[in-house]
Amino acid sequence: MKAPLKPEAMAKRIAQEFPDGSFVNLGIGLPTLASSFVPEGRTVLFQSENGILGYGSLAAEGEEDPELVNPSGQFVTLLPSASFFNQAEAFVMIRGGHVDIGVLGALQVSEEGDLANWFIPERGVGRIGGAMDVAVGVKRLIIAMTHTAKDGKPKIVKKCTYPLTARKVVDMIVTDLAVIEVTEGGLLLKEVAPGFTAEEIQAVTEAKLRLSQNLKEIEV
Amino acid sequence: MPINKVFPNFEEAVADVHDGATIMFGGFIGKPGSPTYLIRALRDKGARNLTTVSNRCGGGMDLDMLFEARQVRKAIAAAPVPVSRQPLSPFEKQYLAGEIELEMVPQGTLVERMRAAGAGLGGFYTPAGVGTLIAEGKEKKTIDGKEYILELPLKADFAFIRAHKADKMGNLTYRRSQRSFNPIMAIAAKVTIAEVDEIVEVGELDPEAIVTPTIYVDRIVKRPRREE
Repeated sequence: MKAPLKPEAMAKRIAQEFPDGSFVNLGIGLPTLASSFVPEGRTVLFQSENGILGYGSLAAEGEEDPELVNPSGQFVTLLPSASFFNQAEAFVMIRGGHVDIGVLGALQVSEEGDLANWFIPERGVGRIGGAMDVAVGVKRLIIAMTHTAKDGKPKIVKKCTYPLTARKVVDMIVTDLAVIEVTEGGLLLKEVAPGFTAEEIQAVTEAKLRLSQNLKEIEV
Repeated sequence: MPINKVFPNFEEAVADVHDGATIMFGGFIGKPGSPTYLIRALRDKGARNLTTVSNRCGGGMDLDMLFEARQVRKAIAAAPVPVSRQPLSPFEKQYLAGEIELEMVPQGTLVERMRAAGAGLGGFYTPAGVGTLIAEGKEKKTIDGKEYILELPLKADFAFIRAHKADKMGNLTYRRSQRSFNPIMAIAAKVTIAEVDEIVEVGELDPEAIVTPTIYVDRIVKRPRREE
């Protein structure tokens, strides 16, 4: 069936990128969903800016601990290997390159891997949060976002028009329509949502896409 | 006579907070780590023209009280507003109306600026914000081929923090994700006031478990057993 990926399917696709034994920081919103889809048999330690390494799935209703939340403010559980630390140390991990993978949302990503995700001019006020630190600090940065804005405008662009979060930091983009890798030679379209063609993806992408030789459909 | 930093109530603990003070507020988002009762006492006291330093400027949080009461002139924060605009926070309304000043700081830079102040450092070079609006007007430096910007220390007159247990001398422990900004704010303010669940005798806390040693803490106040 031809349909854009739902958030859960995107989260599931993103979670496949987390190797066994990896340390992963998830941004607010859709990225956080990925914590529920770690492939069976893999141990992934999620790191949180507020000072947790190894938070688990969302807490069941009635079992929430009022002092235990993920970066989105949701009540979570703990893995047996979890640890706590202060905010400065959380950013030692993030900025210091100790976190393997970061997943963030975005307003725009450029063909060079520039990221814009903190300021929506229409709102008049932005929110940087930990995004600038995560973007420059993690070993590998994955962006999770819808392929186009609500008004249909492409979010994968030649040059970001919104204020930047960081330059040349994005490694991979997972949208509701495609999986794209940012390479030295530009953007490489690797996977498309079921039923979509590469031409249809290019039509809603401002930046030029090269096609992977192994172009395939996203497994959902 | 052993040192006793216990204050009998929140009102007395914040009695000397003056107009124009810069205050750090612990917490991250929502309730965990937030000094709820100290914020209420400050609202009741009514000090004005405050500069707040916090991760967020309210939005379904205790800090909303101070913005609602129009006690804040300037806010320094990493994620000043929540993701959702529904409902609009008191801070966002006042900011959009041009009634309040905002200094936005990347979260890792915000906490490290506090740490630098508390650690007696003159600042630090960070890669966060390079090539963005945050870098404007700041000294740039290339170290080992990587670009950095200079960020300066951030100190405060007061830190309002939340901890789990204190002994009467002010040694503090925390519970779970309550910790966040609290231990770092404690080192960066002239006067650190801690709101805690429980106060025990000196010697009852395991020295291995103390996260914030007494040297950083000036006043401690016990929260009511059940939230009021």
